[in-house]
Amino acid sequence: MTTIVWFIASVAAIASAGAVVLQRNPFVSAIALIGHFAALATLYLLLQSDFVAAAQVIVYAGAVMVMFLFVIAYVGPRGEVATGRPRRAQTFFALLAGAAILVEVAFAIGRSSLDSAASVHHDFGSPQAIGELFFTRYIGAFEIVSLLLLVAAIAAVVLGAGPRPPRVREDADGAVIPAGEERRRASAALIASATSASAPATGTGEGAS
Amino acid sequence: MTPGVGAYLIVSALLFAIGLAGVLLRRNPLIVLLSLEVMLNSANLSLVAFSRYVGGRDGQVFALVVMGVAAAEVVVGLGLIVALERRRLVLDTEQLRSLSG
Repeated sequence: MTTIVWFIASVAAIASAGAVVLQRNPFVSAIALIGHFAALATLYLLLQSDFVAAAQVIVYAGAVMVMFLFVIAYVGPRGEVATGRPRRAQTFFALLAGAAILVEVAFAIGRSSLDSAASVHHDFGSPQAIGELFFTRYIGAFEIVSLLLLVAAIAAVVLGAGPRPPRVREDADGAVIPAGEERRRASAALIASATSASAPATGTGEGAS
Repeated sequence: MTPGVGAYLIVSALLFAIGLAGVLLRRNPLIVLLSLEVMLNSANLSLVAFSRYVGGRDGQVFALVVMGVAAAEVVVGLGLIVALERRRLVLDTEQLRSLSG
């Protein structure tokens, strides 16, 4: 039973990872990555790491992927434009690097004797046990990660909401319009048109009464 | 018979290789980021597999820390993509070469 679940989850994880890499449309890639995370969570459950599986689904499939999909929707799901230059050498070396890592790990595993897993207590992956480790032995790592997340949040605000390059506009007679002046004029015109449109309406209302 | 640690490590190595090929091959920075996530997750899988093999929980703690770091990395990467988009630059890693030597 465990072997069947392991096989299905592994094939799903590898297939969806291939889809992430091969898809032209970033939107489809992101959806495939959600399936990849679900398959990985299943593998974590098979390894009795319940809390890691839950965090995988909540943090990755939940928060991170929502962020990804938001940015893809903001940028627009456009595919890659074909460049004229052939990239045979780059493709070759990329596949070579991937294959080299694969062969290296397969060789290392083949030579090792990693067969039987240790017998573990039933609360091996429980949130309580993990949390206890986090707040005692690994308190330093915990604090550093929280600091890192704070810095990343600040970086996102700076990158996303940074000042736009100032655009200098000119009037019909060549005078430079100061920043924001155009918007102010547009809103003033809008208010003027709104009041002029509502004026006859109130006029007829008074006439009816 | 349950699959041993070696089986999980093989899956992890395959996923890492797929992600590495994606990072090196794709030109859309969004898909490069997605492939990077695949690589980080494959590392997480082997950490959790080793944690189960040894019987200690330290590998799981490590995997959770990697998740936090990955979230921070995604935030900065997506912030960069949004900044590129606002400056009307082409989202193509081949053409964004003003920092290359």
